[in-house]
Amino acid sequence: MKKIAILGAMTVAGLSAGVASAATLDDVKARGKLNCGVITGLVGFAAPNANGEWEGFDVGVCRAVAAAVLGDPTAVEFVPTTGKTRFTALASGEIDLLARNTTWTFSRDVDLGFEFVGINYYDGQGFMVPKELGVSSAKELDGATVCIQTGTTTELNLADFFRSNNISYEPVPIETNAEAQPLYLEGACDVYTTDASGLAATRAAFENPGDHVVLPEIISKEPLGPLVRHGDNQWGDIARWTLNALIAAEELGVTSANVEELGAAAGNNPEINRLLGTEGTLGEMLGLDADWAKRAIMAGGNYGELFEKNIGENTPIGLARGLNAQWTEGGLLYSPPFR
Amino acid sequence: MSTISDPPSGSFRLSMLINDTRYRSYTFQFIALVLLIMAFAYLGFNLLANLQAAGLNISYQFLGEPAGYDINQTLIEYTSQSSHWRASLVGVLNTLLVAFLGCIMATVIGVFVGVLRLSNNWLVRQLMSIYVEIFRNVPVLVWILIIMAVFIAVLPQPREFRGDDATASMVFGAFAFTGRGFYAPAPIFGPGSGVVIAVFLASVVGIFAFRNYAKKALYDRGQLIPTLWPSLAIFFIPAILAFFVMGRPITLDLPSLQGFNFQGGIFMRNSLIALWFALSIYTAAFIAENVRAGILAVSKGQTEAAASLGLRPGRIMNLVVLPQALRVIIPPLISQYLNLTKNSSLAIAVGYMDLTGTLGGITLNQTGRAIEAIFLLMLFYLAISLAISAIMNVYNNAVKLKER
Amino acid sequence: MSDTHAHSVAFVRDTMLPEQPPPVSEAGAVKWVRENLFKGWFNSILTILSIYFIYVIVSGAWPWFANGIWTTSSLAECREMLDGMTGACFSVLTERWNQLLFGFKYPPEAYWRPILAFVLLIVAIAPVLYPKAPRKMLAFTAVYPFLAFWLIWGGTLLIPLMVMVGMMAGYFAFKRFERQSFAMGMLAGLIAAVVVIWAGGIIPSSMPDVLALQAIPSRDLGGFMLNMILGTVCVSLSLPLGIVLALGRQSSMPIIKWICVIFIEFIRGVPLITLLFVANVVLAYFFPPGSNIDLVLRVIIMITMFSSAYIAEVIRGGLAALPRGQYEAADSLGLDYAQSMRLIILPQALKISIPGIVNVAVGLFKDTVLVSVISMFDLVGMIRGPILASTEWNGVYWELWGFAVFVFFIVCFSISKYSQWLERQLATDHR
Repeated sequence: MKKIAILGAMTVAGLSAGVASAATLDDVKARGKLNCGVITGLVGFAAPNANGEWEGFDVGVCRAVAAAVLGDPTAVEFVPTTGKTRFTALASGEIDLLARNTTWTFSRDVDLGFEFVGINYYDGQGFMVPKELGVSSAKELDGATVCIQTGTTTELNLADFFRSNNISYEPVPIETNAEAQPLYLEGACDVYTTDASGLAATRAAFENPGDHVVLPEIISKEPLGPLVRHGDNQWGDIARWTLNALIAAEELGVTSANVEELGAAAGNNPEINRLLGTEGTLGEMLGLDADWAKRAIMAGGNYGELFEKNIGENTPIGLARGLNAQWTEGGLLYSPPFR
Repeated sequence: MSTISDPPSGSFRLSMLINDTRYRSYTFQFIALVLLIMAFAYLGFNLLANLQAAGLNISYQFLGEPAGYDINQTLIEYTSQSSHWRASLVGVLNTLLVAFLGCIMATVIGVFVGVLRLSNNWLVRQLMSIYVEIFRNVPVLVWILIIMAVFIAVLPQPREFRGDDATASMVFGAFAFTGRGFYAPAPIFGPGSGVVIAVFLASVVGIFAFRNYAKKALYDRGQLIPTLWPSLAIFFIPAILAFFVMGRPITLDLPSLQGFNFQGGIFMRNSLIALWFALSIYTAAFIAENVRAGILAVSKGQTEAAASLGLRPGRIMNLVVLPQALRVIIPPLISQYLNLTKNSSLAIAVGYMDLTGTLGGITLNQTGRAIEAIFLLMLFYLAISLAISAIMNVYNNAVKLKER
Repeated sequence: MSDTHAHSVAFVRDTMLPEQPPPVSEAGAVKWVRENLFKGWFNSILTILSIYFIYVIVSGAWPWFANGIWTTSSLAECREMLDGMTGACFSVLTERWNQLLFGFKYPPEAYWRPILAFVLLIVAIAPVLYPKAPRKMLAFTAVYPFLAFWLIWGGTLLIPLMVMVGMMAGYFAFKRFERQSFAMGMLAGLIAAVVVIWAGGIIPSSMPDVLALQAIPSRDLGGFMLNMILGTVCVSLSLPLGIVLALGRQSSMPIIKWICVIFIEFIRGVPLITLLFVANVVLAYFFPPGSNIDLVLRVIIMITMFSSAYIAEVIRGGLAALPRGQYEAADSLGLDYAQSMRLIILPQALKISIPGIVNVAVGLFKDTVLVSVISMFDLVGMIRGPILASTEWNGVYWELWGFAVFVFFIVCFSISKYSQWLERQLATDHR
C-alpha cells in the first residue's frame, strides 16, 4: 500500500516536473543564463578565441537570443556538441537552443521531435581537393578516398551522389572537423567534403589556403538553422522572431550603430517602430518587454553585420553573400513582416 | 541450556524483524528489493516523462530502414541501401575480425616477450621489461592514435608513388605501404585451382596423421621418427607439384596505382592496422606478464627433475614446464582476450567501422535513436563477454587438477 | 692410515697452495658479460641484435631530441630555425603548456587553484599511502575533498563547509546509535547528514559571496588536470562502493547477492566507452525532467560504477582467500556481521587485495583518456582537437604524443612501483 503511494507520488512529481520544464522561457529567466549548443570548433561559425570567449556566426544568434530574453548578450553558457550529442543534449534539456549549423530535414523536424525556427544560412555540400590533384569536377572523383564528418547529412548526400553518378569512393568517417584536418592535409584522404561554408572555414585555417580548391559542384541543399525542442511554442516563437528580427533589421537598415537612435522614439517607418517596440505591443505578445529586438540587434548587429564580421568577404573565411543575401538583392533571406 | 535456543514459537513481535537473525535477513532483502524497485520506477518514470516531453518513443523500427551511408570495410555484401540492421551486422563482423586478429598477434608477441623476459641474456631481459612497462603504463587509446599518426605523417601517401619523380616506391613491385593502408597481392583462383587447394588440405591432414603415427611409434615401440623435415616436405611438395601439374591455375593480382588509389590486391586499411597493432602490443605486454608468472609458478624442482631424467632444455620446456604453466596462464589469458575485444570499441577514435562505429556511431547519429542503439551495443558486448566466460568455465573445469 | 701413508711416499706437500686468482675469462666484468650476454651462439645473436636495435633507436632519436627547439611560437617558425636539420619542435609543449595541463577554457588567473589542490592532494594522501606518516594527518585527509572541490570549482566555501558539517553530524549520529546495531547507526547517520545538509543549504544560498572564489563550470575543466580529477575522484568513490558490492556478492541473502552479481557482471561485460556514451547521450533521459546534471558529473557517475565493479571483484578475491577459520573465529567471539567484517575480515581481505586494487586504479587512470572520445578536452582530447587542428601546430605529432606517453608512464609506473613497495611492507605473514 505504502509502496503504491510512494510510486504514485513519484509519478505525480515526475509528470508535474515534466510540465514545468515545458516553459523554457521561465527556466532561462530563473537561471539567468541561456544554455546554447554550438559546434565544438569551426572558425567563423563557433569557436573559442585565444581568451576562451566564443565567437562566430552561430554564436551571434545565441547572443542575440540571450540579449532579447535576459538583456545581456554575455549571459550565455556555450555547450560544445558533436554530431552525436547535439540532439540528445537538446532533447534532454541540457541546452535550450541548438545553433550548430544543423540542416533542417524532414525527419529531424518530425521524427526527432524538434522545431527548426528558421534558416540562418543557406548552404550546400561541396568538395575540397588539393590543387595538385588537378581535379576540376566532383564527377572525376572515381575511386577517391573521401573524408566525411559522421553524424551529419553529408554522409547520406555523399552516398546518394556517388550512387547516382555510378562512381565508387572510399569513405573515411571522422568525428570532428579538427580530426579531419590532419588527415586531409597529410593526404590520407584525397577529398574533404562538408557544407561549403564549413569547407571555406576549414580552408581558411590552413597554412596555405591557396593550395586547395573547392569544386564547383554543390550536391545538396543544406538549410542551416537554429532549433528548439518541440512542444514549447512560446520559446520557439522567441527564437524564431529573434532570428527574423536580425534579418528584418538588415532589410530595414537598422544596424547596431543606429538602433539606439531609431529606437529612442517612434520614427517614420511603422515597421521599424513595431520592430523596435516604439509602436505596438509585439514584445508583450512574445512574453518579453518592448525593447527585446533592440537588444538583440545591439548584441552583435543585424544579420548582415554578423555575416560580415564573422564569415564575410573581408574575413579569412571570405564567403560571399550568395543565397544569403536579402530577397531584395536576389537572395533568399525573407523575414515575415513584423505586424 | 538447550531450551534457550529454542524458538519462542507463536509469539511473533514486530521487533523480531530487526533483532531476530531468522527474520532479519528477510527484512533486509525486502528493503533492498523495495529500494531497487523504487529506483527503477524512479528512473523509468523520469525516462517516460522526458520522452513524452520531447515527443519521442522507444522503437526498433529504424533497424529495418535503409541506412543510407556507406561503409569502407565490409565483410558481407552491403550498400548504402541496406538496412541499419545489416550495417550493424557489418560492424559486428568487423569487431570480431579485429578482435580475432588482435588476439592471435597479442598471444604470439606476449608469449615471445614473456619467455624472453626469463632469458638468461641480461640485455634481452632488460629490453623486454622496458617493453612491458612502457606499453602497460600508457593508455591503449594513445597507442592507437600514435600508430594512426605514423600512417598519417610518416608513411607515403599514394600521391607520392605517382609520376616520374616519385618519392616512394613499391616493395618488390608487389607490396605498397601507404598512409592509407597496406596493399598486398591477392591470389586469383583460376579453373583447376580447386585441385591444388584440395591437395594442400589433404597434405595438412597428412601431416597430422604422420605426427600421430610418429608419436604412436615412439610410445609403443620406442622408435624415434624425425617429424620436422618430413612434415615440411608433406606441407610443400604435393601442393607445389599439383600447382605446376595443373598449369599454374593460381595467379597473383598485384596492386597498382590507378587514379587516386592503388587498385587490386588485398587492401588492409590504416584504421584496421592501427587498431590491430595497438591492441596487440598493448595486450601483449599484459600477456607477457601472465606467461612469465605462469612459467615461474612451475616449481624449479620440476625442471630439475626433468633435467635429471636427461631431457634436453627444449623438451623440458615443451613436455614438463609448459603443460603445467598453461594451467596458470590460460585463465588470465582468456580474460585478456576479453579485454582486447572490449578495447576494440576504441575503433571509433580512428574511424574503423566496428559495431561502435556503425550501430553506436553513424546509425545512432542518423536516426537519433540513442537509447535503443546504445542498448543494443551493450547487449552485444555483454553477449560476447558472457560467451567468453562460459568458455573459460568449461576450460577451468577441464584442466582442474584431478585429485584422487 | 695417514701415518703409514706418509712414510711410504717420498714427498708430500704439507702446506696448502696459495689460492690462485680465477682466469680472466671467469672473473669480474668479463665473466658477467660471458654469462649474461654471450653464452652460446643463440644468446650472442640475441645480444648483437639487441645492441643493434638500441643503436638504431638512440641514433635516430638523439639528434631529434638534442636539436629540439623550445622557444618558437609556430611549426613554420620552428622548421625555419631547424633549417633542414632533424630536430624536435618541443616549443609546442612550451607554447601550449597551460592548455595541455588545464585545457583551453580554465581561466589563467585561477591556475594556482588546481596546482594548490594537487600539492595538497599529495599532503592528504601521504598518511594513506605511507603507514609511517603521522596519524593526525588523516584529519586533513578527511577535510581535503571539500577543500579540493572549493579550490577547483570555486564558488563560496560555505557549500563544501555545509556538506562537511552534515557529514560530521552523520558520523556522530552513527557513533551514537552504533551501540544498538550497525544498521541503526548507518540509518541514523544518513538521516542526520541529509537533514543537516538540507537545512544548512539555506546558508550558502543566502550568502553566495562569503569566502567565494570565482566559480568555474566543470565543462571548463580540461587537459591533464581533468584526467587527474577523474582518476582521483572515481577511484576514491569506487572503493567504498566496491567493498559494499563485494560483501553483497558474498552475502547469504539471495536477493542482495543477485542484485550485486548482476550489477558487477553487467558492468564488467561492457566496454567503458559504451558507458561513456550512456553518460553522454542517454543518462540525461533518466534524470528528473528539467534537472541539469553536467557532463563531468555524469561521466564521474559512470566511471565510478565501472571501477567499483572491478574493485568489487578484486576484493571478493581477497575475501575468498581468507581462511574459513577467520570467519569462524569472529563468529565464536560473538561478533555480529558488521563487527566481524569491520574488525576481523575486511582489514585482512583489503590487505590481500591491495595489489589488485592498485592495478584497477592504474587501469582506471589510463581509461580516463577515453573521455576524449565523447568530446571532452582532457590531455588526449586537447592534443587531438584544439592543438593538432590549430594553424600553428598542424602536423606536430611526435612531440605531443611523446609528451602524453611520458606523462602517463611516469604516473602509472610510479603507482605500480608504490604498490610493489607497499606489498612488501604489508607482508607480515610469510616470514
